This record gives sequence, C-alpha cells and structure tokens, in this order.
Amino acid sequence: MAALKDIKRKIQAVAKTKQITRAMNMVAAAKFKVAQARMDNFRPYAGKFMEVLNSLALRVDALSHPLLAVRPPQRVWVILMTSDRGLCGGFNANVIKATERFIALKTSQGLDVSLIPIGRKGRDYFRKKAKMIHERVDCMGKFDIKLAIDISHDIIPPFIRGEYDELYLIYNEFRNVASQRPALVRLFPLPAVGSEEAAEPEQKIEYLYEPSAEVLLDRLLTMYVRVLLFRALLETSAGENGARMAAMDNATKNCDELIDSLTLKFNKARQAAITAELMDIVGGTEALAKGSKN
Amino acid sequence: MVDDLVLEIVTPNRMTFSGKVEEVSIPGTEGEMGILRGHTPVLTSIDLGELSYLKDGKRTYFAVSTGYAEILPHKVTVLVEIAERADVIDKAEVEKQKSEAAAALSKMLKEDPDYEKVMRQVQMAELMLKVAEKG
Repeated sequence: MAALKDIKRKIQAVAKTKQITRAMNMVAAAKFKVAQARMDNFRPYAGKFMEVLNSLALRVDALSHPLLAVRPPQRVWVILMTSDRGLCGGFNANVIKATERFIALKTSQGLDVSLIPIGRKGRDYFRKKAKMIHERVDCMGKFDIKLAIDISHDIIPPFIRGEYDELYLIYNEFRNVASQRPALVRLFPLPAVGSEEAAEPEQKIEYLYEPSAEVLLDRLLTMYVRVLLFRALLETSAGENGARMAAMDNATKNCDELIDSLTLKFNKARQAAITAELMDIVGGTEALAKGSKN
Repeated sequence: MVDDLVLEIVTPNRMTFSGKVEEVSIPGTEGEMGILRGHTPVLTSIDLGELSYLKDGKRTYFAVSTGYAEILPHKVTVLVEIAERADVIDKAEVEKQKSEAAAALSKMLKEDPDYEKVMRQVQMAELMLKVAEKG
C-alpha cells in the first residue's frame, strides 16, 4: 500500500500549500484595498495642486526655470520602482525588462547611465549589471509623502547643479487589479506645464502673489516633482498587491486542480487495492470449497 | 452662506480638515497671515510653520510643512505636504526622531549633499514639538 500512502501525503502537502496561497491572496486583497484608498485620498491633493500650478504657469514664463532646462544629454539617471517582495507574478519582471532595454538603448547612444532603484527587487536584479546610486530598499511596505520628499532631495539639487542631464522614471502604471503596464516618464527636464489643455478655469481670479509669482512657481515645481513621484509610488504599491492577489488566486486554483487529480488517482488506487483483495478472497474461498468437496 | 469662511487643509494622505471657521492663521513664507472672511484673493507659499484656526472660540493648531494657501473671500485652501494636528503629535516619537536627526547632522559637513535634508528633519521635529505644546 506504499503507493496509496504516497498519494495521500502528496494531497496533504498540496492542501497545506493551498492554505498558504489562499492566506496570501487574502492579505494582498486587504493591502490592495488600503493602497487603493490611499490613491483615492491623494486625488484631491493632486487635482487641486495641478489646477493651481497650471494657472500659475500661464502667468509666468516657466520655460526659464532650471528644472525645465534642456541640455544635450550626456549623463542620464533612471529611477526604477519595483516591489520589495516577490510572489507577485510578472509584476517586477516586466519593469525590470523594460529598464534593461532602456539602459541598453541609452548606453548604445554613448550616454552614461546611472540607476536609482526604489524597491528591493530592482536593486537585487541590477546589483552587478548597472551603476547604481541613491538606492532605497524595504520602503514599499509602508511609506508616505516623506519617501517622495527624500527621493526629490536626491534628484533635484544634482540636476540643478548640472551633474546629470536627463531623468527618467520607470514604474508599473496601475490600470486595474488585473493589469499593470510598465510606464516610462521623463521627469527632468520637466515637460512644460500650463500648456494648452490646462486652458482657462471657469472663473478667472486675479490673485495677489506672495512672494512673487516666479518664486511661487519655483516652490510649486519642487512640489510637482514630489506629486509625480508619490503618484508613481502609490501606483506601484497598488499594482504590486493587485498582481499578488491575481498570482495567489491562480496558485490556489492550481492547488485545487492538483488536489482533484490526486484524489482521483488516490481513489483509483484504493479501488484497485480493494478489487485485488476481493479477488484474493474469492480465489481463496473457491479453492477451499473445491478442497472440501473432495 | 455668504458670510462663511470655509477652510480646507489638504495633504497627500487625506483631507485633514474641512469646515467652517472664524479665523485662520497661516505661516506664509513672507510672514504670518491672519485671515478673516472677505479677504482679498491671495496665493501664498507656506513653509515649515504653525497653522491655526479659530472655531467656536477655540483655537486648533497644526504643524505644517511645504505647500501653499489659496485664499479667496469665503474659502481658504491650504495644500501642504505634511499637516499634523497638535493634539495627535506623539511627542516621545518626535523627540526620538529629533535626537537621531540632530546626531546625524552633527557628523555632517555643510557641503554634504544630505545636509539640507537632515537639517529640515531637525527643523520639522522642533516645530512639531513646539506645536504639540499647544495641543
């Protein structure tokens, strides 16, 4: 009966795995809800902020701002946002692949590329493959705007000092639970703000600016960088947990299938054993009956 | 109502406060501004400072960091990256952060690229402790 016992043990092992994947699915679902709520909470801030930034940019010549300065690129920095943990399907692999391609492209153009990894998975992958600066790991679990502020301190002053010429951000754009897509955004030089689509607000208000509109714009642009970073961080966090939910849901389903097929195998083996035993008994009684007749 | 003054404090984490108030005091970069209803439209930047509003004769304090305030005759929108209400500040925690940041700062040279960042952390912690006293 060794085969029977083996199958039974296998079923138990798969059942335990299933418990774990189902628990992870539930944890990811809870975290996903939190992440989504944070995205919702961020929306009023971002919306209000863009409104004011756009209206201000219409009045001031924003193009002269150092964060918008276009220089012939020589040194390029790339921010890559990944999760700290795995078991979330192709979530990290997709952005990492996109980053690898992008770095290869820029390098082939003769540019000097440095990578700023945010999140452990990206850092680990590129550990030996790329020049890394300002890395941040173990920060995706719990973060707030301070993380975006810290990152902005790493990138804004060096850009203004001319230590590098272009900054790109690669992250998982959040579309819905089941779908995230690698997105590539140029952060610096900042694209012009307050352009066409910003248009005029319904009622135009003449503000007094304190300090001057130029100084205000300078401050708002710094905040703008943080808004962009924070949004990408939130999308990464929501996407990570959405991807993990989907991956763990699949794993749980696979466990179910495996358990079903193993149970079938187990029943067949048991039935075969019973049949064999019955045959033995029948054979034995027949032999006995034959013997007693004689 | 036309006679109201509505204050909204918005941070990236949430809408921290929204409601009718009698007076708002804003730590503008150009100086403290006391605002009553009917104020001229002003757009002012805010830096580390103490924001407060008066409601039902009671004053509530916040420690706020970088942002701006949009002032309209009947509405003030304060958009800041951090806004902590005085009575929810965890003094022991802030005290710890402050001493950590101060220790890091004392080891740094002025030329260190992180100098300014850590300096701001110390300033923010000091501000929060000061505001917490009023909670």
